Amino acid sequence: MVKVRHLKKIFYTGKGARTAVNGLDFDVRKGEFFALLGPNGAGKTTTISILSTILKPTEGTVSIDSLDVTQEPHRVRQKIGVIFQDPSLDDRLSAIENMDFHGRLYGMSSLQRKERIQFMLSTVDLWERRHDLVRTYSGGMRRRLEIARGLMHFPELLILDEPTIGLDPATRRTIWEYVHFARKEWGMTILLTTHYLEEAESADRLAIMNEGRFVALDTPENLKKQVGPEIVTLESDPDKIELIKSFLCEQFGIKEFRDERIGSFSFPLPADIGNAIHVVQKITVPIQAMTIRSPDLDDVFIQITGKGVSSSSEAASPFHRVYRGKL
Amino acid sequence: MKTEVAYRGSTNITFSSPLLRDLRAIYTLWFRDIIRLWRDKLRLIGAFVQPLLFLFILGGGLKGRVLTAGNTHMNYQSFIFPGILAMSILFTASFAGIAVVWDREVGFLKEVLVAPLSRTAIVIGKVLGGSTNSLIQATILMGLTPVFGMHLSFWKVLMALGIMMMIAVSQTAMGIALSVRMSSSQGFMVLLNFIILPLYFLSGAMFPINGLPNWLSVLAHLDPVTYGVDLLRGVFLGLHYFSYPEDLIGVCLFGAVMSFLAIRLFNQESPS
Repeated sequence: MVKVRHLKKIFYTGKGARTAVNGLDFDVRKGEFFALLGPNGAGKTTTISILSTILKPTEGTVSIDSLDVTQEPHRVRQKIGVIFQDPSLDDRLSAIENMDFHGRLYGMSSLQRKERIQFMLSTVDLWERRHDLVRTYSGGMRRRLEIARGLMHFPELLILDEPTIGLDPATRRTIWEYVHFARKEWGMTILLTTHYLEEAESADRLAIMNEGRFVALDTPENLKKQVGPEIVTLESDPDKIELIKSFLCEQFGIKEFRDERIGSFSFPLPADIGNAIHVVQKITVPIQAMTIRSPDLDDVFIQITGKGVSSSSEAASPFHRVYRGKL
Repeated sequence: MKTEVAYRGSTNITFSSPLLRDLRAIYTLWFRDIIRLWRDKLRLIGAFVQPLLFLFILGGGLKGRVLTAGNTHMNYQSFIFPGILAMSILFTASFAGIAVVWDREVGFLKEVLVAPLSRTAIVIGKVLGGSTNSLIQATILMGLTPVFGMHLSFWKVLMALGIMMMIAVSQTAMGIALSVRMSSSQGFMVLLNFIILPLYFLSGAMFPINGLPNWLSVLAHLDPVTYGVDLLRGVFLGLHYFSYPEDLIGVCLFGAVMSFLAIRLFNQESPS
């Protein structure tokens, strides 16, 4: 469905050149759910903008359903639905007018528009408010309307750029229900960028992006396996933490430690060491608590990109917040 | 409360030819502008304030004190009336560019940019929308002609509408050409004022351009709006400085250059 080869995008500004995307190669199969994960400034939105024909690549080729995005942008546009990171509704029009405008631009007949608008607006629970101007809508309602609009013309590829950023959990859940429903309905392919690790969890494959490149690309399960079978968290006297760490390093060769709260740290247990209990029993310093859990994507991300995620990204990014809280 | 819908619609959208699709898109863009204009009636009313101030206060104050192209018997207000019409078009049409900047600010432009239509169709749709808007206002203003003792025949009204349409298209195209790469509507307003006010003052809308100091005369000849104003004044009052063919060439050339620029710049802004 999507074929990306040697994709590069360089922005030339007054201050010089900035490489936003630096050599991407990947394919997305028809019907696949593919996620792009990475901190702000990693180049996710730039990649998506090239795929959705808004930006031209500096180098490399992108084709969607065998159509080149720079050669045949119109035919590509007909096949894709895009849900942007920032709102893109006309707030002086009503929901029904926004939908009708969209349907007309995508060449739907008036009967088709009528049926489709009613179906989509009912699906996202906006049918009762269909004649109200969008400016009177809440943030969640606007987002739902954008999803309904993006799915209206039966796109073969749905591109979602941070679709649920700033939304409450309930709205996030409903949005995903609609998207998965559409995926089943006509075998839609999904390309998602997100900050929320648990959203990437349900993807078929996921790429971790940092500074314009893919640093990992695999299924979520395989990526998690790379980290190790288990993550062990230990709690002890804050003064003794360093002592425990050096003991673990000497005895078992464990080097990757992650500080949690004061007096607590965690480490991925290497696969060849065996049971975590045996490891901990050898520690002579008293341990107050121990937790063992399977690794999640958070751990994958930390292992791949290093602790600070990326020093180039702004500290205010939600991604940072997600795990600054754990540091 | 979910409304039960049994039919989900066919997933097949019949593809029409690119030209037909673009024509439909142009109509859709135009129609959106009309809906928005209708909804924003305050804007419609507000747009009349400025021309009326010029016409009644400035025109009333200078009436009888300004010589109008040697026609001492001509009422100053009648003299500037075609200029006021041009002004109303100039301002409302150029501000169509603001609508584009605004769409970019609120993100709606992206919705249009990823839709399957050519960039040229977007420009044409916006130009038609903006021109219609300014033409509606100018037409309403034209209803004031009897107040100044002008009686227009049906043909003259038709000619005036044609001329105003041409001015409107050139001005809207100019506004859209300028709006490319502008991301703040405040910045755009400042830029517009820098461009529109000189264009307007130099156009001979408020004073006859014969017998001007040399430097001013040169600038007036260079101002593309001059030709439109002159043409309108010719139709309304039979008073014109250039010949009609010269005026027509001036108006058409300006329209063609601006439309070309708008389409060209818009296509460059993002790939078509």
